[in-house]
Amino acid sequence: MAVTEEDVMKVSRLARLAILEENVPVYAAKLSGIVDMVEQLNAVDTTGVEPMSNPLDSVQRLREDVATETDHREHYQACAPEVEKGLYLVPKVLE
Amino acid sequence: MSQVDSTQTAELTQLSLKALQRGIQSSQFSVMEVTAAYLERIARFDAGLKSYITVTEEQARAQAEVIDNQIRAGELKGALAGIPYALKDLFCTDGILTSCASKMLANFVAPYDAHVTSKLKDAGGVLLGKNNMDEFAMGSSNENSAFAPVQNPWNTDYVPGGSSGGGAAAVAARLAPMVLGTDTGGSIRQPASFCGVTGIKPTYGRVSRFGMIAFASSLDQCGPMAVSAEDCAITLNEIAGFDERDSTSAQVDVPDYTANLNDSIDGLKIGLPQEFFAEGLDQQVAAVIERAVKAFEARGAVIKEVTLPNSHLAVPVYYVVAPAECSSNLSRFDGVRFGHRCDNPQDLNDLYERSRWEGFGDEVKRRIMMGTYALSSGYYDAYYLKAQQVRRLIKQDFVDVFNDVDVIMGPSAPTTAFKLGELVDDQLAMYLADIYTIPTSLAGLPGMSFPIGFADNGLPVGMQLIGNYFEEARMLNIAHQYQQQTDWHLQTPAAFA
Repeated sequence: MAVTEEDVMKVSRLARLAILEENVPVYAAKLSGIVDMVEQLNAVDTTGVEPMSNPLDSVQRLREDVATETDHREHYQACAPEVEKGLYLVPKVLE
Repeated sequence: MSQVDSTQTAELTQLSLKALQRGIQSSQFSVMEVTAAYLERIARFDAGLKSYITVTEEQARAQAEVIDNQIRAGELKGALAGIPYALKDLFCTDGILTSCASKMLANFVAPYDAHVTSKLKDAGGVLLGKNNMDEFAMGSSNENSAFAPVQNPWNTDYVPGGSSGGGAAAVAARLAPMVLGTDTGGSIRQPASFCGVTGIKPTYGRVSRFGMIAFASSLDQCGPMAVSAEDCAITLNEIAGFDERDSTSAQVDVPDYTANLNDSIDGLKIGLPQEFFAEGLDQQVAAVIERAVKAFEARGAVIKEVTLPNSHLAVPVYYVVAPAECSSNLSRFDGVRFGHRCDNPQDLNDLYERSRWEGFGDEVKRRIMMGTYALSSGYYDAYYLKAQQVRRLIKQDFVDVFNDVDVIMGPSAPTTAFKLGELVDDQLAMYLADIYTIPTSLAGLPGMSFPIGFADNGLPVGMQLIGNYFEEARMLNIAHQYQQQTDWHLQTPAAFA
């Protein structure tokens, strides 16, 4: 298989997904299916072809360095799982 | 409030946007009556179809009353004033659930409006609700919704297509006269085809993506689905245009998309890509397409066979580029600022990892992992860079073809709708449902689908129309001309009469 169970464990860690051990073989098989399909790109000669990241080949537009956002903290934090005094709460990071 | 009987309900919900607008402006009927007619049909029919995730009944009635007053006072006259509509549930709507059909956002009440939401609001439209979809717009059958699969109104054992399947089903069953969907690899055109409605994915960058929950940012584009090309044109007039809040928004003038609908198509050069008619295309779909092509020929169009030699590489390119961009976009769902959070996290990593694992469905997780794999150290050149190079070859094929023809036509999908459950375990077969729409998406070109008939199984067939960059007006003109001569787009599924 193109994607091993080890690969799946590694990629899950990188993607911050707590994959369960029992799901690893299924994901390895399904991802291998996609990777096998993608492998046909290897046969294409792309020497000298510039990679295309934007369909219109547009470049990042710049704007004046001025503040455009007003303060909406309370409103935007209303949908957060846990906040206190304007701060997002997470489990203790430092002992 | 006046009571609407069911005959009038059926009549009101058969009207085009233009007829609705005329009737409202001339006080033949009120916005409240039109809104009530649609809400009544949703209540009657949507329990089975599941085309809506949220129906904003109270807000819709209240909004309709306000708009009625504004119209009577002469303050609101636009083409969408008083027109009901629905939004795919990935457009942020201030104060209304915006779930992306995901457990991750099952309680996410958006704190602001997407660009298109505020555009339609300002135009005086009445939001009926939020349409069901494949989770985070990833899917081709709507079976990836975390809430419920949508049924196809033409035969409820079949899928409506995806990912904008809820919107397409809602228009087909006349549970909304017009909806907005999004298309990343075919998510407007394929469900429009499966449900027998008209839909257009504009040129990449034509409609602002601000407030539209991102899947693959170099591909995502918003567009309307409605009964007719004319209704799509009227809607596109309101939503297209530059928006500085979307960094990829195109700074290109917006024409009046309704101005040239009646232009002649005599002498129109139509290219038929031979790759779109090769093995894999259902014979009945091919026959219906051929008949429609002949109808264009009879009206003076010139048909030319063309070739898109790299189009067979579009699906593999897409399944690198789209997952790569999705893995990056969906990293924002961390259980900290919004969305699902797991119970009793042990530490910060545990919070991220379990919140994401629990919140996302299987297909979304697969694509995140595929993207992470393709972008990970040691694989980047082999997959992502390579895919971006082949993407340019695919675009170049179109550029070459548009030197010879005005538009490209072909099937929107290789088959009519498939059965619910038929492809759920065959992911690669499911991916091939978008084989004819993905090349257009990768090139960033505008594409549309409009109904051109039915297969023997009674399910609709859609014609895909691909235009050159920013040529939406020409495409809408071509589809409109076809719809002036035919009534496929006006047919409604018997069970939803």
